[in-house]
Amino acid sequence: MKLLFERSRPGRRECLIPACDVPAASFSPSALRASAPRLPEISEIDLGRHYTELASQTHGVNKGFYPLGSCTMKYNPRINEEMASLPGFTDIHPLQPAESAQGCLEVLFETERLLCEITGMDGMTFQPAAGAHGEYTGLLLIRRYHQSRNDAARTKIIVPDSAHGTNPASATMAGFTVVSVPSNAKGGVDIEALRNAVGPDTAGLMLTNPNTLGLFDENILEITRIVHEAGGLCYYDGANLNAVMGHARPGDMGFDCVHLNLHKTFSTPHGGGGPGSGPVGCKDFLEQFLPAPRVCKKEDGSFGFADPEHTMGRVRSFYGNFLVVVRALTYILTLGREGIPEASAMAVLNANYLMKKLSGSYDMAYDSMCMHEFVMTLEKLKGETGVSAMDVAKSLLDYGIHPPTMYFPLIVHEALMVEPTETESPETLDNAAEALLAILEKAKTDPAYLHGAPHRCPIGRPDEVRAARTPVLRYDFASAENK
Amino acid sequence: MSKIPAELQYTASHEWIKNEDGLSVIGLTDFAQSSLGDIVFIDLPQEGDTVTMGDSFADVESVKAVSGVFSPVSGTVAAVNSALIDNPALLNEDPYGAWLIKVSDVTKTGVLLDAAAYEAVCKSEEA
Amino acid sequence: MGSYIPSTAEERKAMLEYLGLGSMDDLFAAVPESVRVHSLNLPEGLSEMEVSRKVRALADKNVRFRSVFRGAGAYRHYIPAIVKTVTSREEFVTAYTPYQAEISQGVLQSIFEYQTQICELTGMDVSNASVYDGAVAAAEAVLMCLERRKNGIIVAGSADPQTITTIRTYCESRNVPVTVLPVKNGATDVADLSAALSDTSACLYVQSPNYYGVLEDMDALVAAAHGAGARVVMGANPISLGILKTPGEYGADIATGEGQPLGMPLGFGGPYLGFMACRKELMRRLPGRIVGETADHEGRRCFVLTLQAREQHIRREKASSNICSNEALCAMTASVYLAAMGPQGLARVAENCAAHAHYLAEELSRIPGFSLRHNDREFFHEFLTDCPVDPEELCSKLAEKGILGGLPVEGGILWCCTELCSKNDMDELITAIREVCAQ
Repeated sequence: MKLLFERSRPGRRECLIPACDVPAASFSPSALRASAPRLPEISEIDLGRHYTELASQTHGVNKGFYPLGSCTMKYNPRINEEMASLPGFTDIHPLQPAESAQGCLEVLFETERLLCEITGMDGMTFQPAAGAHGEYTGLLLIRRYHQSRNDAARTKIIVPDSAHGTNPASATMAGFTVVSVPSNAKGGVDIEALRNAVGPDTAGLMLTNPNTLGLFDENILEITRIVHEAGGLCYYDGANLNAVMGHARPGDMGFDCVHLNLHKTFSTPHGGGGPGSGPVGCKDFLEQFLPAPRVCKKEDGSFGFADPEHTMGRVRSFYGNFLVVVRALTYILTLGREGIPEASAMAVLNANYLMKKLSGSYDMAYDSMCMHEFVMTLEKLKGETGVSAMDVAKSLLDYGIHPPTMYFPLIVHEALMVEPTETESPETLDNAAEALLAILEKAKTDPAYLHGAPHRCPIGRPDEVRAARTPVLRYDFASAENK
Repeated sequence: MSKIPAELQYTASHEWIKNEDGLSVIGLTDFAQSSLGDIVFIDLPQEGDTVTMGDSFADVESVKAVSGVFSPVSGTVAAVNSALIDNPALLNEDPYGAWLIKVSDVTKTGVLLDAAAYEAVCKSEEA
Repeated sequence: MGSYIPSTAEERKAMLEYLGLGSMDDLFAAVPESVRVHSLNLPEGLSEMEVSRKVRALADKNVRFRSVFRGAGAYRHYIPAIVKTVTSREEFVTAYTPYQAEISQGVLQSIFEYQTQICELTGMDVSNASVYDGAVAAAEAVLMCLERRKNGIIVAGSADPQTITTIRTYCESRNVPVTVLPVKNGATDVADLSAALSDTSACLYVQSPNYYGVLEDMDALVAAAHGAGARVVMGANPISLGILKTPGEYGADIATGEGQPLGMPLGFGGPYLGFMACRKELMRRLPGRIVGETADHEGRRCFVLTLQAREQHIRREKASSNICSNEALCAMTASVYLAAMGPQGLARVAENCAAHAHYLAEELSRIPGFSLRHNDREFFHEFLTDCPVDPEELCSKLAEKGILGGLPVEGGILWCCTELCSKNDMDELITAIREVCAQ
């Protein structure tokens, strides 16, 4: 495919902006750039075709099954997009007087209320723009809490070795040191290891529940009690909330703060990597530390802004990815009291159904019922046939299916993590199972074919070593001119 | 099976070390390079920097992994193999030729393994 | 009630039977009864028609202003029709981060094109695939500059206050001291910078055009910072870079900014786009996703996420940033916008913004009491004036006429003009202000 710059021809342009209707402003020559940026010069028809071609080489949820574990690639309802495109939202300046933005403030206020009910929290901020940003914000709440008690010794955050990489990275950014605790056979927290890890230096624990093996930690109340008794706080990573929303709440499990991924659980799209939204909820004793400002409801029923008393400040500008919140609100209003628990129940049913279809043939990391996702281990297959998790994943591409998450969690060898979500039909699951079983047969007869997969995609496996050894990170105009 | 030359000494964290003209020459073992896979980048210290026994003095990156390189000795960096910065693939192609740093004024040396002991370490990690 | 679940009641029953389960409730057997909830205090679910009505009613409670003279970090520009058309394509909207390059060349190539355009705009060598917004881009950039013996950050006080607050948050948690320089006549005094610099200074963050719209004396600031061994992070408005000197030309080490003006609507503050670009030497310190060019086994050019060993999923607690999701679709928006505009179009947007702002400043200064605060400074498309009446009151009078006036700041008003503020709009504003002041 040609790059935008390779489609450019000098002098091509469309007339998008009128000539200026007042005299030009003059700048001193030293304030001006020496030459214009080499942006493409392109007609609208060629620009349209360019992106149509790019779209044809992009797999999204609307193109095919996307069982990417821990990413909750559920359907993104069209009505959400339509609501987020309403000019009454898109055309509102974030620094408009509050009285002229009452609808926006109500969106934030209402969504906070609904999500607090779903999570069992008391207050929430929408400032964090993504899950990792939410983790950072939640950890700053914990940091501020201990600071407010002059408890400077609490410098350590406990993170299980099965955790997402963002957990330890966020803890470091928030100024903590990370203590990794091993998992038990079910991927849950090893209680004895946790008891040994906590102490007067414990600031808190970060936990994903269900964990990254897709299993609910049956000791959850004991885990949060151990941390609390040691003086630490408990942070809930909401990456897997889609398994339990409407059935169990982090607040009832003993967690003090939580982040949600609206772009996972609450059906807002991923957009090729973002924008997401990672709101952080907390119990009332932590609300005083939330980022500023927060939306509040005044006595006259109108909405306004207020800064929490001991706010941590800001983690970004304005109020977060507002238009993503509009989508999530639309979704929650659609599903409501019955739909929310139904969605998670169906996510669990779909995962178990697909797991059972495969479990006679593929090895499961943990062989019993799962929650919303399950992890397969292809270690034995690799030993017997040389076919790796990567080979199986790449082979799925030829079936028009996005592969499961590969090589995660780190505690499982040759892992494939499968999360079908609730919005897939039984026949989609059956098709995926058939594809995976066919790949398994092929592994036994023709492993070389799988090593070379995919065979029917626009490109074969890219040379990642070359990309990293000799980085080419932008178009090279000079070498193009010499050609 | 990875190569383990008998004339070198080793660490349990997969560095090799030898003495040459009064300097300690340090590199990565064959086992280390093959576990990492294709090495794409190495971040080396500068001449004159100090290294501390047991501390990481460099990061080696492959496409999907990153690993620290730990110094078996404390001392001063006398030379750096700058060829590796432009061509980190040398670490894969010739791990015992592609030394990382040479250390002078060694004040401390950690526990070093001979080839047989190091082979046992590799075997236990493979299992 | 909607749910977007395709399975029928019969199918669910059959699936449960296949699993040997009696009811949906049995799926939650692993959840201890003590933490189960059986009913949430949520409203009943609604049909699409009802939801649409309800959410539209919320949107209708907001006031859309006919003309907007407020900026201060969020700018209302014209968005070409093709931008929305392209970026609402469902392939792009419903894709995840492009981990599987073989079926993600569309997203990957568009990020590569975006990176190239950002490099061209800023005069830098390397761009990442975006971060959350301009404030976070600035915060991540100053953290990139930390060295073992250089851990102090200096911030020009003339930068956007939200950016400064965000930098403070990010630095406080890393125990990195932040010095904020005073503002002198709407800009940074190089003498103040020189006094603040020491051999432990990691970098200076300076925004130009700054919060007050003023162009900073970048040459002097860069020289002073570099002279003391500190790096320079320059925040810039991407529209201004259509005509104004780039961070690269000024000698800055890192360029950051808010990409919202490049085709994103105001959207009450988000989603926006943080752009970050740097010199080649700092490439491996740049946080976030980066796309690189390579080839497949048949030699076909293709694109992949690269230099991943920098990132959290590999480096975990040793990663310099935790960023995972970014603002990819906003980056694509910016890329389509820049391609649609082209170099001449972008320059025209920038020239119109500046021309309108200078016209408005001139017209305002004819009204008694509205003199320009920083009279002798060059400015781009924002400027601060005095205000002879209560600024809040003036703005609420203007609001009654469908005009969003400038932002009340420091007892005056911070005005902003974009290409959308036509001469008619500005003349109407002037007339309205004269009316209010005459009362």
